[in-house]
Amino acid sequence: MIRFQHVSKTYPNGVTALRDVSFHIAKGEFVFFTGHSGAGKSSILSLILAEQRPSAGDVRVSGFPVARLTANQVPKLRRKLGVVFQDFRLLEYRTVEENVGFALEVTGARREGIPGRVIRVLTQVGLASKARVYPKELSGGEQQRVAIARALVNDPPIFIADEPTGNLDERATRGIFQLLQQINGGGTVVVMATHNLALVRDTPYRVLELKGGQIVYDSAQEAATAR
Amino acid sequence: MRLPAPLREALRTFRRTPLLSVLSVASIGFSLFTIGLFALVALNFRQSLRTLAERVEIVAFVLRGTPTETVTVASQDIQAFPEVLEVNFVSEEQALARARSELVEFKDAYRDLEANPLPASLEIRLKPKFRDAKSAQAVAERVRGFPFIDDVRFGRDWVQRLDRLRNLAGIVGAVIGLAFAIVAIVIIGVTIRITVLQRATEISIMRLVGATNRYIREPFLLEGAIKGVLGGLLAALMCWLIFVVFRKSAAEISGGLVFFGTPELAAGVLFGTAIGLLGSLLSVGRHLRHV
Repeated sequence: MIRFQHVSKTYPNGVTALRDVSFHIAKGEFVFFTGHSGAGKSSILSLILAEQRPSAGDVRVSGFPVARLTANQVPKLRRKLGVVFQDFRLLEYRTVEENVGFALEVTGARREGIPGRVIRVLTQVGLASKARVYPKELSGGEQQRVAIARALVNDPPIFIADEPTGNLDERATRGIFQLLQQINGGGTVVVMATHNLALVRDTPYRVLELKGGQIVYDSAQEAATAR
Repeated sequence: MRLPAPLREALRTFRRTPLLSVLSVASIGFSLFTIGLFALVALNFRQSLRTLAERVEIVAFVLRGTPTETVTVASQDIQAFPEVLEVNFVSEEQALARARSELVEFKDAYRDLEANPLPASLEIRLKPKFRDAKSAQAVAERVRGFPFIDDVRFGRDWVQRLDRLRNLAGIVGAVIGLAFAIVAIVIIGVTIRITVLQRATEISIMRLVGATNRYIREPFLLEGAIKGVLGGLLAALMCWLIFVVFRKSAAEISGGLVFFGTPELAAGVLFGTAIGLLGSLLSVGRHLRHV
């Protein structure tokens, strides 16, 4: 689903964020990206989202070659991705259901089908009863659930989570993580960048650790070597 | 009936940020008002010049003893000149009668005359676009060619001064008008850019969830066009209020003020719409290229 081959990324200000990074994430995987700030996690997610183009190497996401995407192809790629961020990025002036429905509207979904799909996904994240409230009236954990519902409503095969629990307390973190596990259980690829090593340690999922723009640890390779 | 999505989004912005919307409409309105006010002054100045130009007249004095038939035939020839609007024959008697009525201070002198000293004349008025020194001179030269014409006058200095004034007004008007238009476009552009920046988060979310650039752009274009129309109407209203305030006092000084006709008003509102649309297109396009 996601393949990086010898990817480097140098920004216009001369900072090199990634150096010769290669990995492959297969269908149904749950993968953590860990590392300190500036290690290159965000650059990898930006490349997957086609917010940036690689300076060298090849990035393929769901079959799309990111380096050669035209302006018209970028929205098509993004419709195959669900994304959540640490700061939720909800629209304050829209209710929960409008925030979620908005993601369907922009893709040109049939208007009659939108309310049903919105309620279904809000039920999935446990917020069906709060469909008519505004984000400000919700807790941080609930706001992140709305963001997850928005990311899921288009049934994307890949789910990207950039520090989704960074602003949440332990209980909310556990709740969000369980939700991501459920999403992965349905066959969706989940890629999560996090600082929370405690969370990573207690799970059986693949971990890719970044340092200075390079992958210094891949739990999948370690396991293969051990075998 | 549900409105189309772009229109719904554009109207939602007005509801959500009423103050910013009112401020941007006011800013567009005031910017267009400066242009409108200048155009109104220019229109009235041009009107005044036109009124002045109506006084451009060529007077050809006829030699004493010329048969009336000869003058009549020549009048018809002159009337056929492309520059000429009308030719009026003033007989010696009419000239004297007119002098008596118009020059009251010489009433006694004219009464005691034994013979009429005033010659007959042809008063030649030119068509509006030929009321300049060059055309007047050309017509005067041709009229002078008739054998029964004694002398031709048209106030050369006065007409030349009017020409210079017209040219100067045209240049100054174009320069100041252009400067006002540029300032207005810059102010409107900045205003629209602020509204785009204010919605930067929304735009970035739209892009992340897979909205096409067209989907993002459409509500902004509509919003810009609506603000342009409202700004244009506001400008027209303010111009009209200024016109009403000054109309009465100006009527005492000159022949009265004139206001824009429907085509000029429509052009003004259309200009506002175009600026709103163009400003939005440039601002949102620039923003989309950089996020």
